[in-house]
Amino acid sequence: MSKLARQLLPFGSLILIICFLSALKPDTFLTTDNFLNVLRRSSVNGIIAVGMTAIIISAGIDLSVGSMMALSGMVGAWVMILIGGTNPQGAALVLGTFVGIVTGIACGSLNGLLVTKLKLPPFIVTLGTMSTFRGISYVMNAGKPYNIPHYKYLNEGVVLGIPISVLIFAFIIALAGFLLKYSRLGRYTYAIGSNREAAFHAGVNVDSCLIRIYALTGLVVGIAAMITTSRAVSAQPTAGVTLELDIIAAVVIGGASLSGGRGTIIGTLIGTLLISFLRNGCTLLDISTNVQLIVIGAVIIIAVAVDQLARSKAAAGQFE
Amino acid sequence: MIATTTNNRLSDTETSLRMTGISKQFGPVKALSDVSFTVRRGTVHALVGENGAGKSTLMKILAGVYQPEAGTIEINGKVQRLSKPAEALAAGISMIYQELDLAEHLTVAENVFLGMELPGRLLFIMDHKKMIEQTAEIAQRFNFNINPTTVVEELPMGDCQVVEILKALMRKASIIVMDEPTSSLSETEAAMLFKLVKALRRQGLSIIYISHRLEEIVGLADDVSVLRDGRMVHSGAMAELDIPKIVHHMVGRELKDFFPARNVNIGATRVKVRNLSSQNGVEDISFDIRKGEIVGMAGLVGAGRTQVAKALFGIDRKTSGTIELDERHLEINSPTDAIANHIAFLTEDRKRTGLCLELPCSWNVTLPNLVAIGMKNIIKPGLESKIVTNIANRISIKWLGPQAPVDSLSGGNQQKILIARWLLAQSKFMIFDEPTRGIDVGAKKEVYSLLNELAEEGKAILFISSELPELFGIADRILVMRRGRLVGNVNPKETTQEEVMHLAAVEAAQ
Repeated sequence: MSKLARQLLPFGSLILIICFLSALKPDTFLTTDNFLNVLRRSSVNGIIAVGMTAIIISAGIDLSVGSMMALSGMVGAWVMILIGGTNPQGAALVLGTFVGIVTGIACGSLNGLLVTKLKLPPFIVTLGTMSTFRGISYVMNAGKPYNIPHYKYLNEGVVLGIPISVLIFAFIIALAGFLLKYSRLGRYTYAIGSNREAAFHAGVNVDSCLIRIYALTGLVVGIAAMITTSRAVSAQPTAGVTLELDIIAAVVIGGASLSGGRGTIIGTLIGTLLISFLRNGCTLLDISTNVQLIVIGAVIIIAVAVDQLARSKAAAGQFE
Repeated sequence: MIATTTNNRLSDTETSLRMTGISKQFGPVKALSDVSFTVRRGTVHALVGENGAGKSTLMKILAGVYQPEAGTIEINGKVQRLSKPAEALAAGISMIYQELDLAEHLTVAENVFLGMELPGRLLFIMDHKKMIEQTAEIAQRFNFNINPTTVVEELPMGDCQVVEILKALMRKASIIVMDEPTSSLSETEAAMLFKLVKALRRQGLSIIYISHRLEEIVGLADDVSVLRDGRMVHSGAMAELDIPKIVHHMVGRELKDFFPARNVNIGATRVKVRNLSSQNGVEDISFDIRKGEIVGMAGLVGAGRTQVAKALFGIDRKTSGTIELDERHLEINSPTDAIANHIAFLTEDRKRTGLCLELPCSWNVTLPNLVAIGMKNIIKPGLESKIVTNIANRISIKWLGPQAPVDSLSGGNQQKILIARWLLAQSKFMIFDEPTRGIDVGAKKEVYSLLNELAEEGKAILFISSELPELFGIADRILVMRRGRLVGNVNPKETTQEEVMHLAAVEAAQ
């Protein structure tokens, strides 16, 4: 019951913001185009936030997602140019997309291996790889982007009136939500985050689970990287700088606990949309991006504070 | 209901605490109804009762954590309203919780003065010298042997209790509440603690002593109060009571057969351990357990009993030795292997290594069993709840339902969640490490009955315990460990607790 109420809180705020903006700017905000635009802009962050949610539920963190996104895009684009020449098309783009995604998986697996085999805290490991992945992205083309003028499909493609990137986003949300709730890996993720020792003593292969969680996060980062590359029709070594902080914010607003064991995909979806609509609303209301930063910072703190308050109230109701 | 005779005996001048007519309700649940509790100055007053009887609630009211709906609190003759913990502290109440509240990286003196540091000559600099001196002084006054400059994490458990007591004394406490203070202490440390408690009593302090270990209360307490289902059912002098009488008050019924009888039907050898040694100090252990047999394992703290279990369960690396189950050689390198080979291990620390506390009961029960109950690929929550509810009913777990988080259950019921887990796993060889630690008398008896049932089903059971009476009451044989080695394999019917203690504690004269 209180669990439901806590779920409703971010959702209620989201509805409130939408209503508020609808009333204030009905002609510019309340249009299909604007909504699709917000969803399209949310898709990259939202896709990565899905992976981050799993990692945070397992009591971990991944600071390297922004750099990982840049590196995956750079490697993908490099392969496209390597095969298709300076102006790659067709099969070269498909193969490059594939390699870019595989790069994400490789980076995620590396994080997972370092966390489990060297028994290092995820914060430290991904702080390190954040720098390393970014550095490699810069070195690859001496700090310059790779331009791929024909790589437009992931951004501009539309199926049944809905942008491809939004469809991918929806598919990943649905799949991850299902896996987290109904798969053994999902269940083990919660158990490891709640009490890693207890999970180990109950026969959960903690290392293998964690590696898979980080690798799957790499997979979604790879996908997001290719969408970003398509959006800019070039792979930028500067892509996704400080992206990790936005992602963590979305996951935390969605009700996940940084100490692990708690969080949902639906919460993360709401958290992502909340931030996107806030940004969109600020833009429509001519509030500068600088002020947007202030607003979003306040929202993060208020959201988590209210969540904590509700939680401690619920805990006080229990006894013994 | 307080016996009127005892009530008259306590005159106002020697009363340090008088709680009258305390009632407290949590939602629809009445946690305390009209409880009166009186503590005489300079006495040790034991507060006992089963888990959920209301001891913690009563003490949290005294500590200013909860506010009662009705009732008054009188401390040293003055009526007090304790609306927050700081007020209780100021009124002279100090709580020492089971999980101690110490800053591990600070020294003894720094802990003692935590939050009330003495200012030095410079702003923001504390007067370390004076704090150390005063700590040493007060320690000496009570004959505590402790170095104020030692960092707390280097202290043994027993000395950590001393630091807590010093903290209370430095805050001029007149009433100290100790919640299960011996639960993590060795025998010698516990004996030391009893001496300290007696020293405090001599200085005129009142100690409210909460413990499940009735044996220690008998020797220590002057008065005993018993709570049952939120009511005070008895309050009086220890001298007028003995353990069976206390237990009678606690459970409201006689526990004639505290150790329930079992239809012992021991079969063929089920578990065969040979020359087991581990990296963690287990040396050359060999033993057998037969079908339907409960084999107890005794030893002092640090004798290596848990380490044997850890080596068997694949947690600690084995350096030598073999394990056979039903004449099949087992290759076990992880808990995953052990569980796949039908071995169960109920660990001694259910909070640290047993349960995922904030997760639902049902998830905790099925955690190692998802593959076994046919949910390898897809978990079916409805079916899962049903399976877990069935098993929970069988061992009568009291809960709010399979989806309730485990930490909403009492200690005894949390332990039963873990037992349910291994019942569901259909283990053949079950290792129970201190399964009755920190649970109340009624729950203990239920655990014994469960062990008996499991043995009757033909399981081989290794039962590790620090409480000799329960080993003698339950086990068919007792293995005795000392310093990582097996030093005895005795039949409890042919030996005494003293002899086993002697084996466990004394180096063989060689």
